[in-house]
Formats: sequence, C-alpha cells, structure tokens
Amino acid sequence: MKNNEKTREIKLDYLARVEGEGSFYVKIKDHEVIESKLKIFEPPRFFEGFLQGRSYSEVPDITARICGICPVAYQMSSVHAMEKICGYKAVGFIDKLRRLLYCGEWIESHALHTFMLHVPDFLGYPDAIAMAKDHKDWVEKALYLKKAGNDIVNILGGREIHPINVKVGGFYRYPYPAEFKEVKERLQKAQEIAHSAAQWMATLEFPGFEFDYEFIALHNEGEYPMNHGHIVSNKGLSLEAETYEDHFSEEQQPYSTTLHTWLDGERTVFTGPLARFNINFEQLSETAKSLAREIGLYPVCKNPFKSLLVRMIEIFYACEEAVRIMDQYVFPGEIDDHVKPKAGVGRAATEAPRGILFHRYEINERGIIQNARIVAPTSHNQRIIEDDLRRLVIQFEDLNDELLTERCEQAVRNYDPCISCSTHFLKVNIERE
Amino acid sequence: MKKKKLAVWKFASCDGCQLSILDCEDELLTLAAQIEIAYFPEATKTVIEGPYDISLVEGSITTAHDAIRILEVRKNSKLLISIGACATSGGIQALRNYVKVSEYINAVYARPEYIDTLETSTAIADHVKVDYELRGCPINKYQLLEVLSSFLHGKKPSIPDHSVCLECKLNGNPCVAVSRNLPCLGPVTQAGCGALCPHYHRGCFGCYGPKENPNTEALALYLTQNVVDNHTMLRLFRNFNAASPSFSKESKNYEKQ
Repeated sequence: MKNNEKTREIKLDYLARVEGEGSFYVKIKDHEVIESKLKIFEPPRFFEGFLQGRSYSEVPDITARICGICPVAYQMSSVHAMEKICGYKAVGFIDKLRRLLYCGEWIESHALHTFMLHVPDFLGYPDAIAMAKDHKDWVEKALYLKKAGNDIVNILGGREIHPINVKVGGFYRYPYPAEFKEVKERLQKAQEIAHSAAQWMATLEFPGFEFDYEFIALHNEGEYPMNHGHIVSNKGLSLEAETYEDHFSEEQQPYSTTLHTWLDGERTVFTGPLARFNINFEQLSETAKSLAREIGLYPVCKNPFKSLLVRMIEIFYACEEAVRIMDQYVFPGEIDDHVKPKAGVGRAATEAPRGILFHRYEINERGIIQNARIVAPTSHNQRIIEDDLRRLVIQFEDLNDELLTERCEQAVRNYDPCISCSTHFLKVNIERE
Repeated sequence: MKKKKLAVWKFASCDGCQLSILDCEDELLTLAAQIEIAYFPEATKTVIEGPYDISLVEGSITTAHDAIRILEVRKNSKLLISIGACATSGGIQALRNYVKVSEYINAVYARPEYIDTLETSTAIADHVKVDYELRGCPINKYQLLEVLSSFLHGKKPSIPDHSVCLECKLNGNPCVAVSRNLPCLGPVTQAGCGALCPHYHRGCFGCYGPKENPNTEALALYLTQNVVDNHTMLRLFRNFNAASPSFSKESKNYEKQ
C-alpha cells in the first residue's frame, strides 16, 4: 500500500482464506475508479484439453480433481451431461441419492466458508483458530456441522475429497439404509446448530452495500435447486442448459487465467447461494422460510454481505432435506443403471455450493470424448466481484487503506470464490489519485 | 517448549490435500494447540516469517515462476514434506507431459499468448530435496496426522508401503478382479485409501501411485489378455499419478497399440 498527494493505491497482495490465489489492483482519482484489475494467478491445468480422448465413464473421477472443495458438483454436472447424450434418465432413488450427496457437499462447504473463512472478517480475527480463543463454542459447533456434511459424502461417496462412488448412470454401490443411522442423528443436531448460528450471525454488523444485481440460478417448481432446473434470472432470463452457450460467453483477460463470463455479450451476472435464495425462496421448506424471516432475510436480498446468512439458511435446509431423503430411502431391489454410450453432444448445469456449474461434452459412438467445456461458478462471478470492488472502494473511500483493504477482502469472500476451480486469490492494490 | 512452525504451500493443484487439514474436524483444535500455524493462506491471514520447521507442499510445478518459488520454500524450510499426487508425481495435470502443451492451450484458451506455462508438470522432488512424501489423490487425513505428529516427536512416520491388494485382504473385501472380472490396479498401487474402490464394487484406479517395485508388466499383460482393451489399459495408468516412473513406463507400452 502506498499513498501520496496524487494517487491512492491499495494492494490486496494475497487474499487469504479463499481457496486459491489472486490479487486486486485499483486506482482511484477524483472519487472515481479509473482502473481496476482482478487478477487470478492460478497456474492453468488444462482439464478440457486432457479430457479429449478419455472415456465418457471417466468424467466423474477426472473432473472431481478440478476442485478439492466441491468435487461432488463436478461429478454431478458431468454425469448429467453424459446421461443426456446417452438418452438415460436416472430413476427416482438414484436421483434422490444424488441430491443427498449434494446436501452433504453444501453442508461441509458452507460450514467451512461461513465459520472458518468469512465470519472471522466480521469479527476481526485472522482465522477461525484465533477466533476459537474467544468463541470456542462456535468453532466447535462449526466443526460438528462440517463433519455432518462430510459424513454424508463419506458414506455415499466413499471419502469426503474426490469421492469414488459416482458413475455415469448412478452409483457403483448403493448404501443400506442402516448405514445412515448415525449420520441422521448427527444431522438433526447439526440442523439445530445451523438454526442458532443463523440467529447469531444475523446480529453481526453488515456493511450497507446494495446493488440491483442480475441473479442467476437454476429453478424448478418442485424443489430447491441442486441437480435440476432451468437457468433463470430475476431480470427475465429463462433458458435450458442446451441453449446456455447461445447466451453465455467467456472472455479471456491478459492478466488472469480465469475466464470472464458475460450474458448476451454485455450483462454481468451473480450466481451462488444469494442468487439461489432470491430466485427459489418459495421452494425452501416452511421451516427454512420461517428461519429466514425470523432473521430478517427476504427475497430479493441485494446485499452480497448477507450471503453469509443465506449460506446458514441453506445448511439448515440441507440438513433437513438430507434427513428427509434418508427417511424415505429403501434399499433398491433391482437396479438398472447401465448407460451405453451414443455419439452426440450433451450439456448440463447443476448448483455447486458456489453457484451454477456448466459442463458440455461431445462423445463418439464408443464414448470417447471429442471435446469438453467447463464453466465454473467463479468464472460466472468474476466480473461481478470486480464490479463490487470498484463500487466498494468509492462508497468506503474515507476508510484508511488498511480498513479499506479489509473491506475488499471481506467483499471478495461474499462470493466464496473457489479459485482453484479455474484459478486462487488475492492481493488488493489501491492507488488513489 | 517453543511450538514448531508449520507452513502450507500451494502449487498447481485442486486444494484438496491442504483441505484435508481443515477436514480433521475432531483433531484440528488439538493440532493447532501443538503447532504454530505460521503460513497457511487458505485458512488464515496471519503470515509469520520463516524459516519454518515443517513445510507441507501441495501441488506440482507447472510454471517458470513456481520453479523458482519452490527453491525459496526449500530454503525457508527445515523439513519439507510433499503431500498428494500432484506434489509427489505431477498429478493429473502431468497428462500434458505426453502431448504438446500448446495443443491443450489452444483447446482451452482463446488467447494462448496470455498463458505462461511449462511443457511439463513435475513433482516437487524433481526440483528440490524432499524429506518425506505422502501419497494420495487426495491424501488420507489420518496419514497426514501420523506424519505431522511423528515429525513433531522426532520419530519415523508409520505409513504402510504395501499394496492396495493387501489392504483388501486385511479388510476382507472379496477380490473384484476375480469375482467381478473388473480391471483393478490394486496389486501395483500403494495402500493408503483403505482399499476404498473394491469395497465400493469397483477396481482400483491408482490414486496412491505405484507401490515399491510394482510388477506393472505382468498385471497389464493379464488385464489386456483377459479384461480390457489396450486403450483402457493406457488410460488406467494415465490418471492422477501418470508421470510416476513405473506407471509412465508401463503406459507407454500401450500407447500405439
């Protein structure tokens, strides 16, 4: 950071507590931002490149390795895209188990982000371990919550990071209902923790910062979206994954290895928990809705800092939903989950913990991948993060560089950017003129 | 006694292995009480200057910048432990080692000239001296705790180097190669996962890399004569430990066939 009479420069040189590496540079002159760059310097790994020539059956295992924090999301988008090509639709219990697996990932990922990465910003701690000195009870509860989510992924997926049980068609092994007994009890307690945590977090101080965003999320009438739905926005967008590429395009910046996503060439979108909540409030359970109302959260919530609270609502909901699915689950008698390859192109979008994750594959008649395209939630959000930072440094221009930098970091974390998906975070670099 | 200083470094990776530390839900606070977390940007803003007693290094070397950065990490670390398949063998991104990397860049990026990358993805030990390697894609968090506590107490970590095959026997899993006729790398892959895949009715696909002195040739010959075609065999060896010497060598036998 450096200041002189002419310029004000703030550098966020390495943003901690995000999963990845990046930096933010901004230059301010006469109360206006004249230049800004959100740089991602995660080394490229070329997944779309080496997927060419691999088998359709390998996608859940390979794409999981894009992100250690949300591997289930990659497995879900990839198997759904492949199944569309092959003309296969998973039957009810398989579909439910996939939803259950997603519940597990949402819980563990959101618990990690809210308590261990984001709340320390609100309370002024460098990390959750330092926070534990004063708030040991909450940190312990957070770990309990996280473990409950991981337990689901463990049982159904074999392990919490890079699960091995998901295949195109369904699962390699179907669990016995008795395997869920312990985790069900744990989830009931986890749901109570999420309830009290939402009430506690609602008492934190949220910066007054709102904007009329275009929120995008999956939507279907029947349920809060995870694996299914149209892609819709609060500004009239409504499309299927099949036509996603007619509307969303990616642009490469010289300063970043993450691609920037545009809607219809000019619109900037916002995906993730806040968008899901705003678009799908009616699809939440009655208990989740009433918890949201109790803590003063209604759609359309336009304050991105409140995504912290939305994540707690989603944890609460996912705990409840997971128990509901487990209660209804019976061990399947006959299973036909074999999927034969067929030449064609398939596209699918699912709701990763951080928002819409789009996959497209083209395979030949032997199931060999001809080409692949993956658009991660962080790519969708990259532009809006940069826009938020530009607005933020002007709105809070009176803060000194240290506080302003902290505010910027907190704002980046609103999006829980999982930068290894494409990328990692962040240096802030503010120049004032 | 003064606490040992721990640093966690990231190179090209998915973050999963360092996440394993935070996934130690029951042990995290105990661990944090025993050790000073001096550098771990995924978890904390706090940066305490080196040198560090123990550095955990995740990820592989894929850029010129990282090839220099790892030298700095080594210089600043008394003990350097590489964790996970990326750090110990180059990871899945080492699949680039078998093609011209420009083909991948062109397939992924519209403006290849903005991308700065090396032709290969290589293990940490290819660049600096590594004191201990912990395998896995991802690593097993209990093995990580064993490694950390062993080094804290000055003893050798007790990490088995036998095969997944033996793990199956120990767990009482029926052999999936025999009973289900599935291709399985269990006989040549190092243990560590708990023989997870066979337990879930599928063959091992090598997340923990080759065991010591693996007989890949005999296994591949058996599998290609009885179970799979050559292309599938090639792909089985070319996963998360594709660049580990024995898997790499064996895979080349099936490259052109």
